[in-house]
Amino acid sequence: MSGLETMTVESARTAVLEKQVTANTLVDEFYKKIEAEDPAIGAYLTLCKERAQQQAKRVDRLADKGDPLPPLAGVPVAIKDVLTTKGVRTTAGSKILDNFIAPYDATAVARLEAAGAIVLGKTNCDEFAMGSSNENSGFHPVKNPRNLSRVPGGSSGGSAAVVAAGTAVASLGSDTGGSIRQPGAFCGVVGLKPTYGRVSRYGLIAFASSLDHVGPLGKTVNDVALLLQHMAGRDPMDSTSADLPVPDFAAHIGEPISGLRIGIPREYFGAGLDPEVRAAVESGVQELARAGCEILDISLPHTGYAIPTYYIIATAEASSNLARFDGVRYGLRDRDAKTLAEMYRKTRDAGFGTEVKRRIMLGTYALSAGYYDAYYLKAQKVRSLLASDFDEAFAKVDAIVTPTTPTPAFKLGEKADDPLAMYLADIYTVTANLVGVPGITVPCGKSKEGLPIGLQILAKHFDEVTVLKTAHVVEHALNITFD
Amino acid sequence: MVSEKDVTYVADLAHLDLTADERDRMLRDLNSILGYIERLNQLDTANVEPMAQVASRYSKARDGDGLGYAMRADELRPSLPHDEAMRNAPQTDGTFFKVPKVIER
Repeated sequence: MSGLETMTVESARTAVLEKQVTANTLVDEFYKKIEAEDPAIGAYLTLCKERAQQQAKRVDRLADKGDPLPPLAGVPVAIKDVLTTKGVRTTAGSKILDNFIAPYDATAVARLEAAGAIVLGKTNCDEFAMGSSNENSGFHPVKNPRNLSRVPGGSSGGSAAVVAAGTAVASLGSDTGGSIRQPGAFCGVVGLKPTYGRVSRYGLIAFASSLDHVGPLGKTVNDVALLLQHMAGRDPMDSTSADLPVPDFAAHIGEPISGLRIGIPREYFGAGLDPEVRAAVESGVQELARAGCEILDISLPHTGYAIPTYYIIATAEASSNLARFDGVRYGLRDRDAKTLAEMYRKTRDAGFGTEVKRRIMLGTYALSAGYYDAYYLKAQKVRSLLASDFDEAFAKVDAIVTPTTPTPAFKLGEKADDPLAMYLADIYTVTANLVGVPGITVPCGKSKEGLPIGLQILAKHFDEVTVLKTAHVVEHALNITFD
Repeated sequence: MVSEKDVTYVADLAHLDLTADERDRMLRDLNSILGYIERLNQLDTANVEPMAQVASRYSKARDGDGLGYAMRADELRPSLPHDEAMRNAPQTDGTFFKVPKVIER
């Protein structure tokens, strides 16, 4: 079956609805493609064929009876392995959860399936979503389908890669500091981090709870809007999920955006920004001006403090969240330890990779007696200053446009030995996590080497509609395609 | 500056042993990252409220009624059945999780 590479959420559903293909055949075709092409990329950790085939049968039965099909009927998706899937291995990219079979579904996954989507499998990622290149996976790195010598970005590298390779129509990722948007930009796909609280975190294996978000990746802005639609909304299982009406996101796509005020923060266009990335983002801004947007120079003065703030808060929360991996209730256990304390240490030493240990150490240090005020409390205060920057900016503009990343995808191994250099790959994305505002990456160009470049759009809390319709204008005007 | 003694102390708090190589590397990396983090001290935050959560800042701040972040009612509801909760246990007697001896007689 041809055309899997270009299949969208809408075209997949239409194909099933109009009986051009059964959901069952569609799933089989995707598994054939995965088995042929994924070994070179390494984007999948686990395939769940039985579950996918059962769901496909349900969809086909409805179609046979002529019953109305649910909104995502037959759409094959992949799920980042930090989201739990009942009865299916869920590792978070870590050896410590190598054999973990999740006892329940994450809300985001359950809602997509209830809307008819078919889960093909679980995607590779940096261990516990800690990383910006996918090289921190406890299993194997992922390669960028656009250029196999480059990283796909991280931590949702597998989820971005399957969309770019066409081995799933769309996918779910998680974004704690840029982990949907940065790999989205590196792989030339669309990735959306919704507002904090828009999508339930129930079943998302926690890294940093106040910064973690679940969101979609897809080939088009419309695809991520459709996935968001069917995940969003209040969930009593997540006390931080917001009790707000969910708008019809896709219905707003294509609306005129003339008169929209777009802020260009000068701090995001300074030293360290690759000239090719700058030029591509500026071409996107020009298209927004042509569409009638008012382009305004703005300042987010505390931008230079976002990475240090992020690495205190994220690691502090991680050190606490990852305390649960102790070999007692699930996951790996050291069998030779003579005492409980020794069992904890040996299990964690064997199960966690270097970056995870580094972050646990940094977070534990930042929270330890004598350092709490100097590091953790200080970072929480600077987080307020960063939020004030955005509050003041959004009093003047409706959306903010920036590069998603300072450079296109780097080479595998290039930053692997320098944690600080790796952390700076997230310099344009972390602030949206600290503040909680929604953000999207949309392809806006290619480097001379053909590597994808992403443009980021941010808007006010819960204003995903503005993010999506602005991104659609960029997507439609620039029409970036990859071979 | 983080010292070797600090690394040992923090590893102990975090229930990590770390090999000698890992300790050396950790000492170097922590000092490099904390050196970068030092720049936060350029900011005067004496009169700034800490922000722990998006919800805590924005649930009251805007328009009086906030952004719809709210706790659910504190009511009893079914939880994960016992057998399902135990299914991933590395060692169990069927009822409890088993761990190495904690108290010596």
